Amino acid sequence: MAENHRAVVKLREKFAGSVLEVKEFRGEVTVTVKKEEIVAICTFLRDSLKYNLLSDVTAVDYLGREPRFMMVYNLYSIPGKDRLRVKAPVEESPAVVDTVSTVWSTADWLEREVFDLFGITFTGHPDLRRILLTDDWVGHPLRKDYPLQGPDREPYAGRLS
Amino acid sequence: MASTEIMTVNMGPQHPSTHGVLRLVIELDGEVIQKITPHIGFLHRGIEKLSEHRTYHQIIPLTDRLDYLAPMSNNLGYVLAVEKLLGITVPERAETIRVILAELTRVKSHLVWLACHALDIGAMTVFIYAFREREKVMELYEKLSGARMTSNYFRVGGLSSELYDGFEKDVREILDTFPAYFDTYEGLLTKNTIWLQRTIGNGFISAEDAVDAGITGPALRGSGVDWDMRRDNPYSGYEKYKFVVPVGEKCDTFDRYKVRLVEMRESIKIIGQAMAALKPGPILADVPQVCYPPKDSVYNTIEGLIHHFKIASEGFPAPEGEVYQAVEAPKGELGYYLVSEGGNMPYRMRIRPPSFCNLSAIEKMAKGGMIADLVAVIGTLDIVLGDIDR
Repeated sequence: MAENHRAVVKLREKFAGSVLEVKEFRGEVTVTVKKEEIVAICTFLRDSLKYNLLSDVTAVDYLGREPRFMMVYNLYSIPGKDRLRVKAPVEESPAVVDTVSTVWSTADWLEREVFDLFGITFTGHPDLRRILLTDDWVGHPLRKDYPLQGPDREPYAGRLS
Repeated sequence: MASTEIMTVNMGPQHPSTHGVLRLVIELDGEVIQKITPHIGFLHRGIEKLSEHRTYHQIIPLTDRLDYLAPMSNNLGYVLAVEKLLGITVPERAETIRVILAELTRVKSHLVWLACHALDIGAMTVFIYAFREREKVMELYEKLSGARMTSNYFRVGGLSSELYDGFEKDVREILDTFPAYFDTYEGLLTKNTIWLQRTIGNGFISAEDAVDAGITGPALRGSGVDWDMRRDNPYSGYEKYKFVVPVGEKCDTFDRYKVRLVEMRESIKIIGQAMAALKPGPILADVPQVCYPPKDSVYNTIEGLIHHFKIASEGFPAPEGEVYQAVEAPKGELGYYLVSEGGNMPYRMRIRPPSFCNLSAIEKMAKGGMIADLVAVIGTLDIVLGDIDR
């Protein structure tokens, strides 16, 4: 089913070596690609397959696994009215990935947020500064090794018994 | 000899027309805006981080506090995402009630937008009127959930409680009276010369730029993009209702104003259709491992009490996987991206806030304009800082 998705067919054709995994869950198709090709793939998805709206850019921290981070791009096609999720694994050091703000300008702020909360750096980003936290903040709160109650306090054990 | 010098002016975070705690650093050449640097995050509460340490039900009250002018829309997006992750379907009655409340929320949110937007531009009467009408929706909220703003009414699998007696009458009253109120606002604004001068041509953004900048919701439709998720990717039974999706042409503040006014009228129509379709039935899915038991059984049977306790204390396990569920919130696309590794808490929850992406386009919309028009641009974007900062 997922293999028949219009984007998956085209990506397999054009970026055969870069597609790592294709998965479907609850009717949503997720394509995992190599991070080196992310800009080329995003440009292709926008121009040729009309995924013109970048809904969301975020990351997930899989602490203890290799590679540690996963970049997540949720795309939407306004003409095609369908969604596609593109993911790209990013290792812990250096946690660097190319910016897609050259493809969609909305990625500018969304990548700044990922930089702020996960500490992933985006090469080529025009204005990579913290966005939600203050400039002198230490650490990246959405990383799994950042304690919920802040760095100077006992780790939060959870409210559950 | 005239010489110009760029002047840097700070606006906010405590400024009435920044709708909360938004700070803008503006570089001006005379009165003309050269550059805007927004500073956000004053209201950052780490809701995404908190969610990783809460059970799925404990997150619902957190979502109330995102866009606090439209709590039920936030609840709706979240519970739909969890239901998608679990693969459960919700009874028809619960779906219909959710639609009624989500649309009332849209009206309520748009009323605040209209009130503040008009006040920013100098039309104070509209502000007083719109807040008066909003109060009716707030009272309904209070009767229904006990809270005026942080309703926390939806549950995974359905609703927290049955509607109160007289709900139908209250909604009918809103349906009967609100269209006339909308006429009043239009009478005060749509042909008002000052309003027209301040809004026509203000905050121009072309359809292409708006999509590129990630603008969604009424602000995008004002730029002529005919896209509404309620119609194009229906959820919660929206495919059953007939409504018009208004689209603007001139991509300016006035068109966005018209789009939102029509949307309020369409919401009233949707609520009318949903009220007519409302049938008695269960309000919670029959999935005992996920849904709370009925209160009657909790208070009167030991099994019900244990069942309630188990779900309240431990939550329920969700299958491994990831889902993204977006809803058409009053401000635009509100998306929840849930990553589950099994277990009773999400491994990661990402909230895609509509206001955040809409605000990021502010420089594009206000650059080259006068500083006084910036206030109108902030108003027309309809931002809420609770949603931006999370």
